[in-house]
Amino acid sequence: MSVVTPKMLRPGSGADAPGTSTPRRRKPLRSRAYKVFRVVALIAVVAAFLAPLAWMLLASLKTNVDIYDASKTLIFTPTTANYETVLGRNNYFSFVINSFWVAFASTVLSLIIGVPAAYSMSRFAMRRSALVVLMARIIPGVSLLVPWYYVFSNLSLVGGYGVLILSHMFVALPLIVYILMSYYDSMPLELEEAARVDGLTHIGAFLRVTLPLSVGGIATASILAFIFSWNNFMFALVLSGADTKTLPVAIFNFVAYASIDWGGLMAASVVVTIPIMVIALFTQKYIVSGLTAGATKG
Amino acid sequence: MAVTSLPAKRKPQKQNAWKAYSDWANNHRKWLFAAPAMIFVAILIIFPLGWTLYLSLTDSSGSVRAESEFIGFANYLEVLSDGDRFWPAVARTFIFTSVALLVQMVLGMCIALLLWRPFKGEKWVRVAILLPLVATPVAVGMMWRLIFDPNIGFANQMLGLLGIPAQPWLSGEHTALPTVIFIDIWQWTPMVVIILLAGLTSLSEEPDEAARIDGASAWQRFRFITVPLLMPTIIVAILLRSIDALKTFDLLYATKGRGGGSFNEVETLNIYAYGLSFDYNDYGLSSTVLILFFLIIIAAMWVLTRRRKDVQ
Repeated sequence: MSVVTPKMLRPGSGADAPGTSTPRRRKPLRSRAYKVFRVVALIAVVAAFLAPLAWMLLASLKTNVDIYDASKTLIFTPTTANYETVLGRNNYFSFVINSFWVAFASTVLSLIIGVPAAYSMSRFAMRRSALVVLMARIIPGVSLLVPWYYVFSNLSLVGGYGVLILSHMFVALPLIVYILMSYYDSMPLELEEAARVDGLTHIGAFLRVTLPLSVGGIATASILAFIFSWNNFMFALVLSGADTKTLPVAIFNFVAYASIDWGGLMAASVVVTIPIMVIALFTQKYIVSGLTAGATKG
Repeated sequence: MAVTSLPAKRKPQKQNAWKAYSDWANNHRKWLFAAPAMIFVAILIIFPLGWTLYLSLTDSSGSVRAESEFIGFANYLEVLSDGDRFWPAVARTFIFTSVALLVQMVLGMCIALLLWRPFKGEKWVRVAILLPLVATPVAVGMMWRLIFDPNIGFANQMLGLLGIPAQPWLSGEHTALPTVIFIDIWQWTPMVVIILLAGLTSLSEEPDEAARIDGASAWQRFRFITVPLLMPTIIVAILLRSIDALKTFDLLYATKGRGGGSFNEVETLNIYAYGLSFDYNDYGLSSTVLILFFLIIIAAMWVLTRRRKDVQ
């Protein structure tokens, strides 16, 4: 029941209900109780989501001996040795570059074919055609990997950046089309029409008016496409080579080949997570609008 | 088109070819814009899907280049009568998806209602909620592996403080599935929160006010006003989450590795099919599992989108 109290006990809501004396007496008390409950609940929620991440960060700064020592859970001497091992000896820096390059290239290429497609599919209400693109999101990736692997290894492309970028476009493109379609759905036609009256062609109006106006939507779509491509594991697990490994695969191999070096593993996990979290901190508004695209309209 | 032809009239000769091209492009812009993306996806999907369908009817194994024989529906018979791996994997996929989805929806709704009305520090709480969602699933898996480690993990330290005996968590035959479900809930509840919160914020206050004046209790207003109005958004959240939950791979493979652990304790259909393809190279069987898996996903999507139309 506590779930529904926010609506009932909105602060101050009791005071402006005229003529009802009972709520007036009761509500301030209950709404204070609710305020306290709400603060406690909010702190609990934030702690539940942040504590594990903090734990990962702390462990990455400990020696393996300290990780095994329960008495040193919070108080220990921080060390950067794990990061030095991971970035230095294990060559993680090149995996960072790989991840970045694959995510960046697949996002840009997906934008080039995805933005016009989203525009056209929105303006001409091509719902069935849109479904073709969205299939890429629905279909299980494993069912594509065997044929892809076969074809690309015949073309001796497996292990190269090209195949990785192509497969990550598969992650980025449906996201971009989905987000931008709902963006263009809600964008008024008037400005384009005005541009047409001023002598621009349809394509000219799209390039010079619509495109600059949709920078916000494109930013939203790009950020999410980049994040999901950066995080993708399965495609790179099969299609990457020793030199083109992305970070998630490198982390996975970290466990597979040695007895677990927890400090190093946590440092490696922090290295893959930090860039994404920094992006998320600065682009929170865009990420939220991207994730909720198409969810709130009727 | 009258407007576009004006400049062409002024400079007749040189511009003709360009104008013809531009007119053609403008007249065909619908498909000119949409086609590249559609062709890209279609080539990368239709051919592999057709091939998967073909492979599922053969005994292809070892290498896809090796000779294989057309064996009709024998693979389907074998898979559908396989009570050791296939049906348990179906059950695990179903349990994983439904339990994770249910808890995520209920918890997500609670947290969304908690965040609904403005408060001080709202922005920071929202950032905190966003972080699990954007974190790399493989790293998240590794992080929880340490926390749930039976000997040195924080989870058992906490249980120890409470006087509860240590649990095997991810390494236990019967505790692994609930544990990975828990991790999935931790990572993806924020997604539900964010979607539902956007829905709540866009709701009109009037029906709620009217019901309050009529004396409806908080629960009644939630149950009979907020939930029905929010239904389209709730269904979108269920749709998006179930697509991803059914196909969960990163988290399961990062925490339990091949075959979902030594007892196959977290082996879902996706993990099973991946193992058949890339660990056992049994492409015929793997393709069969994938086709069946694909049908299950399509059926789930179909039911949900129909439900969505009903609601609208």
